[in-house]
Amino acid sequence: MSLNRKYIPIVVTIMLFLVMFAVGSFRYTGFFSFQVLMNLLIDNAFLLITAVGMSFVILSGGIDLSVGSIIALSTMISASLVQQHGWSPAIVIPLVLMMGAGFGSAMGAIIHYFKIQPFIVTLAGMFMARGLCYVISIDTITIDHPFYTTMAQTKIPLPGGNSLSISAVIALIVVVIAIYVAHYTRFGRNVYALGGNEQSSLLMGLPVARTKILVYTLSGFCSALAGVVFTFYMLSGYGLHAVGFELDTIAAVVIGGTLLTGGVGYLLGTFFGVMIQGIIQTIISFEGTLSSWWTKIAIGLLLFVFILLQRMLSAKRSAQKQV
Amino acid sequence: MSKIYKHHLFWPLCVLAALLLFNLLYSPDFFSITMHDGHLYGSLIDILNFGAPLMLVAIGMTLVVATKGIDLSVGSIVAISGAIACLTISKGTDQNALGLVTFSILLAVGLSIILGAWNGLLVSVAGIQPIIATLILMVAGRGIAQLVTDGQIITVTSTSYSYIGSGSLATLPFSIFVVAIALVIALLLTRKTSLGLFIESVGCNPTASRMAGIRATVVIFAVYIFCGVCAGVAGLLLSSNVSSADGNNAGLWYELDAILAVVIGGTSLNGGRFYLAGTVIGALIIQTLTTTIYMIGVPPEITLVVKAFVVLAVCLIQSETFRSSIVYRRHKRQDTMKKEVARRVS
Repeated sequence: MSLNRKYIPIVVTIMLFLVMFAVGSFRYTGFFSFQVLMNLLIDNAFLLITAVGMSFVILSGGIDLSVGSIIALSTMISASLVQQHGWSPAIVIPLVLMMGAGFGSAMGAIIHYFKIQPFIVTLAGMFMARGLCYVISIDTITIDHPFYTTMAQTKIPLPGGNSLSISAVIALIVVVIAIYVAHYTRFGRNVYALGGNEQSSLLMGLPVARTKILVYTLSGFCSALAGVVFTFYMLSGYGLHAVGFELDTIAAVVIGGTLLTGGVGYLLGTFFGVMIQGIIQTIISFEGTLSSWWTKIAIGLLLFVFILLQRMLSAKRSAQKQV
Repeated sequence: MSKIYKHHLFWPLCVLAALLLFNLLYSPDFFSITMHDGHLYGSLIDILNFGAPLMLVAIGMTLVVATKGIDLSVGSIVAISGAIACLTISKGTDQNALGLVTFSILLAVGLSIILGAWNGLLVSVAGIQPIIATLILMVAGRGIAQLVTDGQIITVTSTSYSYIGSGSLATLPFSIFVVAIALVIALLLTRKTSLGLFIESVGCNPTASRMAGIRATVVIFAVYIFCGVCAGVAGLLLSSNVSSADGNNAGLWYELDAILAVVIGGTSLNGGRFYLAGTVIGALIIQTLTTTIYMIGVPPEITLVVKAFVVLAVCLIQSETFRSSIVYRRHKRQDTMKKEVARRVS
């Protein structure tokens, strides 16, 4: 086979998605339609945006546990400022995005300059953001500002009577930009190099500090953007929004074929990773008799299979090197 | 004097003492312990009793962290173990029967051994990064727990089962004794046999340890099983304390609290060194903090912000770079001061 080894995980991911879609189409009536695919995008827009940020972090060899909490904090700040203080969304949304980016870069700076494990720093960030939500308010704040309701209800018509939401379009734009940044810019190559080997990148003269901090800034920004999209989706701000979401995101990135040790993976894989998670949920809802916790078990199983696959591939590679 | 200052328990004990002192100043009857119906009651006893599951989980986690690993699945194991025990008891005809309760406890512990072994297998034999390997069970485990309880909260009315979590022995809550037994077993195994040395050596460098003749795979495998059992027993304590099992919320965030306790106790996440006593104090600090926040009347959710600052502070203190940068600054300042003085004098 002339297929390059490095493409195997992403090919497996895409094949899996196609197989699942095919199985769903054969089993359930009404599954095989363009709108089901579009709904996957609409319902998982925020997961997709977060997963893009997380992909960069994981590619650089780190991890970001704070994404779920930053989403919650963004919904909370938006809701509080728009609803309780009467600010205009035109000011609130950029403010929230800046907050996310600032939060991320602070974590990145601590990780880089004090050499503390990303796991523990972002864990602290997760506690912090979640706690700040409750400082704002303990209860749900419902949003009924016309801008948010329009954003939630507007449907962009597509040929064939299908439609997409604005959130899904934002998510798609983010994915396209991310693919460009990851594969066609200097920053993207630096991220891959950093994930491959930090020591070597430093010796090569790459801007390790800047890249590392930027990666977490990007992840913070993506989470805040996902939070804004999540606000469109839920029309409320609440401290318990997106609990455990960081794990869904990491799972999506791993299922997308990105190596957790960093340096290997594709943004397109992440896209399909998110779609696979979405299609599992769709299948379970179509099945009707299965309960929602089967989603978790299925995702756990998939994670296991993909990690094992990655493990086998990297073991093969190191065996070849030794020969 | 400087020796006390450098002892690994110095800072954790200081924090705990400061917290207790604050409580004493805030409400003078914080330390009062009253005798009632042969049981001791008081805030301190409550802290010990409610902190028991966390202490247990953290003891297991300490050994895992010492091997440079991490176990994210403890929260899910807590939920599964509680769920399976409550399910078995609720199916029985006589819920108070000692045989049934013993069987359910053994079943739960056995299951947590299997779950711990699963983690150990992935980490030691398959060689997967610990964070990722245990992430699988963390995600799937919550689902399994909900599957066991069928998404409901299972309540049991067994007095013999609720004894584990809320009964008392020799005037003290029974759960304290469970923790004490686990701590003594862990201490004896690690400090009186060479197992502790093996664990630290594997945490420092698994390859070198293997070359030195230590079976690193077996050590890592055993450590995850121990952690699983600790989490399983903690699940029993937790579910029996409230006589119910909630697959969704039992043990939620336990992995994070346990890691926090371990880190506060002075065990480095880089492996190779561990302090069980420090971990227990770390767990007590977290529980005292929670109790304090409840007492002051601040919404309990704000505990999270406080926890965030604690994690950051502890990690910064542990960070080599941070300490040296501070020391460097102080030296620099002293140097410039000395120069200034020298210039003035001359």
